[in-house]
Amino acid sequence: MIQIEHLSKCYGSHKAVDDISFTIEDGHIYGFLGPNGAGKSTTMNIITGCLSMTEGTVSVCGHDIFDDPIEAKKCIGYLPEIPPLYIDMTPIEYLSFVARAKGVAKDKIEEEITRAIERSGIENVSDRLIKNLSKGYKQRVGIAQAIIGEPQLVILDEPTVGLDPKQIIEIRDLIKELGEKHTVILSSHILSEVQQVCDKLIIINEGKLVANVDTKDVDGDLEEFFLTLTGEERPAQALTETETTEIESAETEPENPEDAEQEASDESNL
Amino acid sequence: MKAIYNRELDSYFHSGLAYIFGAFLLVFVGLAALVYNINGAVANFEYVLAAICLGFVIIIPLLTMRSITEERRQRTDQLLYSLPLNMYEIVCGKYLALLTVFAMPMVIVACYPLIFSRYGDVYLLSAYGSMFAFILLGAAWLAVGLFISSVTDKLAVSAGVTAVVILANYYASSLGDTIGGFFAKVVSAISLFEHFYVFVNGIFDISAVIYFVSVIALFLFLTVMMMEKRRYS
Repeated sequence: MIQIEHLSKCYGSHKAVDDISFTIEDGHIYGFLGPNGAGKSTTMNIITGCLSMTEGTVSVCGHDIFDDPIEAKKCIGYLPEIPPLYIDMTPIEYLSFVARAKGVAKDKIEEEITRAIERSGIENVSDRLIKNLSKGYKQRVGIAQAIIGEPQLVILDEPTVGLDPKQIIEIRDLIKELGEKHTVILSSHILSEVQQVCDKLIIINEGKLVANVDTKDVDGDLEEFFLTLTGEERPAQALTETETTEIESAETEPENPEDAEQEASDESNL
Repeated sequence: MKAIYNRELDSYFHSGLAYIFGAFLLVFVGLAALVYNINGAVANFEYVLAAICLGFVIIIPLLTMRSITEERRQRTDQLLYSLPLNMYEIVCGKYLALLTVFAMPMVIVACYPLIFSRYGDVYLLSAYGSMFAFILLGAAWLAVGLFISSVTDKLAVSAGVTAVVILANYYASSLGDTIGGFFAKVVSAISLFEHFYVFVNGIFDISAVIYFVSVIALFLFLTVMMMEKRRYS
């Protein structure tokens, strides 16, 4: 699916990604982990063709991202850390634009949009302006954009950042569903989330690859494993535990889409 | 390219910019036509176009300031970079949308000489020749504005720099005449407005047409290069 060889990226004298090589295989959900500034987003941006590499090669579905970018990008759906949304459009208009830009056949566009809307759970808000949607729904529109055109690979860069615990659970379930049809790369800071959703782990630290393992092969605590590899101090664990507790407590609350709609409506009234 | 073109065109109409642009252009043309053709009883419509071309200082930045600057501000440029489109398609799609918004009020303006010709002896060839050059002049400024919008992520800077560049170009020939010598020749040769005035004087200048088209191609190319450069930074 993806073959990365000796990938490096320098910003001036700073080496954000330092000679990393790994392979992404079909049919898995990959967790892409690392502390802040480790080079996760830079690597994802290079894989998706948003950024050039200083050295190395990236091949997506057999197409080099530098030499054959159009064919390589056809295989990828990408949700960057900040969803790239045109806020003056409705989700339907936005997805229609993305479908056309991705070259989806004219007679398939409507079907594709319906499918993406259903899978990302935005049926209730599909005809409202994106600027009036809550953050959770905006994230879902971003995910719908990524899966339009049935790309083989879906890359999600920290899709749960800034969401409330209930929204985090919803997005996490959505990612699990995506994993049934797509190969997914998920970047996240929440270790418990990665452990629950991903079956493979790639950990980078200071631009270097420090682990590429199956999640089930991690002996004991993932947090301990992560801290050992990245050399982080214990306080980082405290944050993770807090987030985990929030998520677990929210899991017991009943899910009600009307709440989210109400929230969206409240935001639009501000 | 068609997807980008349609989205851009929709956004100009949704945001109201297309209407504001059209209204400004039609008001400028209407006022100038009132002064020259109706009150002044002059049959040359080309003088109207020559009088309003300074209006580009206002209407071109109005249209181009958001074009790429807004993509960077909203971070939607990442979507463009990750879509299976090459940068030429993206830039040309955006430019053609700008050109369409510019051309729409010009369709109405194109009726003016015909209307005036019912009431007097209007020189239609020179009127439409000048209108053709006026559209090329606007198209060239749109390309320049698009390039400037790709350089910055601040709307005010994008609009301000575009306005200053157009204004400087408008007064450059006067400045050149004051200084004189080789400088005046260089300024006159590169001034877009000077090439337009040749048409106003009743000459259909092919070299000016080639110059306008070259400026458009150059600035679209520079815009593509500027967008590509961001991948490397």
